[in-house]
This record gives sequence, structure tokens and C-alpha cells, in this order.
Amino acid sequence: MSEPMQTVNEDELQAYADDQLDEPRRAEVGAWLANHPAEAGRVEDYRRQNEALHALFDPVLDESVPPRLQRPEPASWLSMPLLRHAAVVAWLAIGGTLGWFLHGTQDVRSGTTMAFVRQAAVAHVVYTPEVRHPVEVGAEQEAHLVAWLSKRLGVSVKAPHLSEAGYELVGGRLLPGSSGPAAQFMYQDGRGQRLTLYVRTDGGGSRETAFRYARENNIGVFYWIDGPLGYALSGDLEKSELLKVAQAVYHQLNP
Amino acid sequence: MEKFDRLIEEHIPRLRRYARALAGDRTRADDLVQDTLERAWGKFHLWRRGSDLRAWLFSIMHNVYVNGIRKSSAAPMLLPLEEDALNVPVRADQEDGLQVRDVHAALGCLSQDQREVLLLVGLEEMRYEEVAKILDVPLGTVMSRLSRGRERLRQIMAGGAVPALRVVK
Repeated sequence: MSEPMQTVNEDELQAYADDQLDEPRRAEVGAWLANHPAEAGRVEDYRRQNEALHALFDPVLDESVPPRLQRPEPASWLSMPLLRHAAVVAWLAIGGTLGWFLHGTQDVRSGTTMAFVRQAAVAHVVYTPEVRHPVEVGAEQEAHLVAWLSKRLGVSVKAPHLSEAGYELVGGRLLPGSSGPAAQFMYQDGRGQRLTLYVRTDGGGSRETAFRYARENNIGVFYWIDGPLGYALSGDLEKSELLKVAQAVYHQLNP
Repeated sequence: MEKFDRLIEEHIPRLRRYARALAGDRTRADDLVQDTLERAWGKFHLWRRGSDLRAWLFSIMHNVYVNGIRKSSAAPMLLPLEEDALNVPVRADQEDGLQVRDVHAALGCLSQDQREVLLLVGLEEMRYEEVAKILDVPLGTVMSRLSRGRERLRQIMAGGAVPALRVVK
């Protein structure tokens, strides 16, 4: 084995079998193999291995792709007439508060607030791609979920209903926040687009509520403080669409 | 986003083919593809536009696969035998040649590292440099896994049917 390897090395034999040698060298190795039947047989076997792999698995290429591997079209929920109508109604209803929504976006962001936004965005990114375990407690046990999270956060929390905005509750989970437990509610529209609402106790008592917006990577986050709780709504949506959902959340929680 | 979905879609058949070879059965393979796609959709902003999408997807699948094996040691996708368990006698002349159905079984006897390299090169026909990038290992490691994996496969095939636990010394 040592003699032939002085002229053609093992990597070159592999590359020859895979047609990954450039032409001058390819011909040289081919000529060398003509005088080395043992190595030539080995290379031939490797080629047959490749052929066998193709024979075995190429048929998969022609199989139709099962539905679970096809992503639903991420169409805008506003394109649905009924929802568009609902959105207009909601839009009119909150017209008066729009001023301070916009005002709020210019607010100074403190470090702790940005940490809050980041935690919300990270929790969003971590849990929304989950196929099997997106939530700890599912929407079918909503009463239990809300009672449990309220108990852990030490304050009454609610899971807003966002079906008018096209989103249904998937469920929720308990998360560690920077100063104690936090909660995450997950929502999903008919096409699989997911939003999360991250809730934590604010600690500072009732402060001014204002909608603020931030982007963490590609995730948009609207966040605000409402009495004892801080909220962050995260989603991979256009800012305007996310704002509409954020407003729906706010109005659900402040009927 | 929609454009990205369409770009990904083109690669799904090849991801499925690779997953089938890697994971063995159809359900596990499609689970692997689904997890890979979910991650790709979730992380698409991390993909550098213009870079090789196929390589990116395959590297995600590699990570999903390896993490899956680490996490669920109770249910490995294929049961690779220990390195030393396969001390197979090599028959001098290989009259049997390679039987396609045996290759399938023999694949399961390779270590996971070797199997991945063998499939990326032999089935996906990727350049060695690309395989190194996808698996995040040096080129030399790819070459040695390829060489050992193929030789192992060859010996298994030469010894007839997969000699699963036949230890000869």
C-alpha cells in the first residue's frame, strides 16, 4: 500500500471515484489505476456504492411532498373581507388614542425596558417554531392556564381573545423573567402565523401606559405598561399589522 | 418572505431524500425535514441572501439531526454499531458485488459521522469543501470519514449480508 500511495494518495482515489478531480490530474490517476488493479477495484466499488445510494433513495425525489411539509401561504389576514371590516371598526374605535400611541414611540427607552423587550423577543423566537410543544398548557385548558399564571405572577393576568384579529389562542407557558416569573401566551392565525404576548409584573406600580415599538432581529415587538403588568406583543409581521393586534390586546384587557 | 418560502420549496425533495437515507424510515425522515423547515422558516433572517441556500438548509438539518440523537438516546434513528463491533472478514474476491438492498442495511452499521459524509458526497454529490462547511469540520476530517466509511461499507458488502454482530478476531 505504501508504494502506490507515493504517487496517488487516498484523498485522490476518493475524489476520482466522485469525479471531483480536475482534468489533468484525473487522467493521471486514471492511468495510474490501470496499473494498480487492487486500488482500481476499490474505486470501482466506491462508485457502485454511490450508484446504489441513488438507486435506493432517488425515488424519494418523485414522491409528492406531504402537506405537513408545505408552509401555508403567509397571506395578510387583512385580505379577508370579514376581518378587514373588523379591523376598520377597531381602527375607528381607537382613533382617539392614536395620538399617544405615536407619541409613545418616541419615548426614551431605559435599559431594563430593553431587556424586557429582548426577553420577549427571545421567548418568541424560541417557542414559536415548536411543532410539538409550543405551549405548556393548551387553550383547551384556558381557565386553568390563566389561574395558574395569575398565581405564579402574583397578579391577575388574562389571555385576551384575538379572534376578531384572526388569531386564536394556542396556549401559554411560564417563563423566567429578569425579576421573577413571566408568562407567555401564544396565538396563531389560520395560516400558522404565530404571535406571542409576553407578560411580566412591572414592579413599579401604575405608571403611564404608552405603546412603544422595537425590532429585535426580524421580530417586531410592541410593548407597554399597564398598571402592575408589562406587556410585549411579538411577531414577524409588518409594524402596522402588529400594531393593530397590539391595540386589540390593549382593548381586550381594558374593556 | 413568500419568495423565501418558494426558494426553500425547491429544496424539499432533496432534503427528504437525504433525510430518508439518514433516518431510515419515512416518518422519522419527514419529522426531521419538518423540524428543519420550521427552523429555516424561523431563522430565515439569518440566511445571507445570495449565499447557497441548499448548503444552509443541509447544515440546519445536520444540526437538527445531531441534536435529536443527543437528546433522544432512547430512540436513535438508526442503531449504529460500535466501531469495534464490526470486525468483518474481507473476502478476497467479491463475487457478490454490491447489492442495493444490502447497502441500505449496511448504512445503518456506519457511525453517524461516516453516514452523513457518505450520503452528502455519494447521494447529494456535494463537493468535499461544501460538506466540510455543512458539517462544520475540517476538510481532512471529511476525507477520513469518507474513506473509512466507504471502506467499512465495502467490507460489510464483501462479507455478504450485514454481519451485524459477527465479531471475528
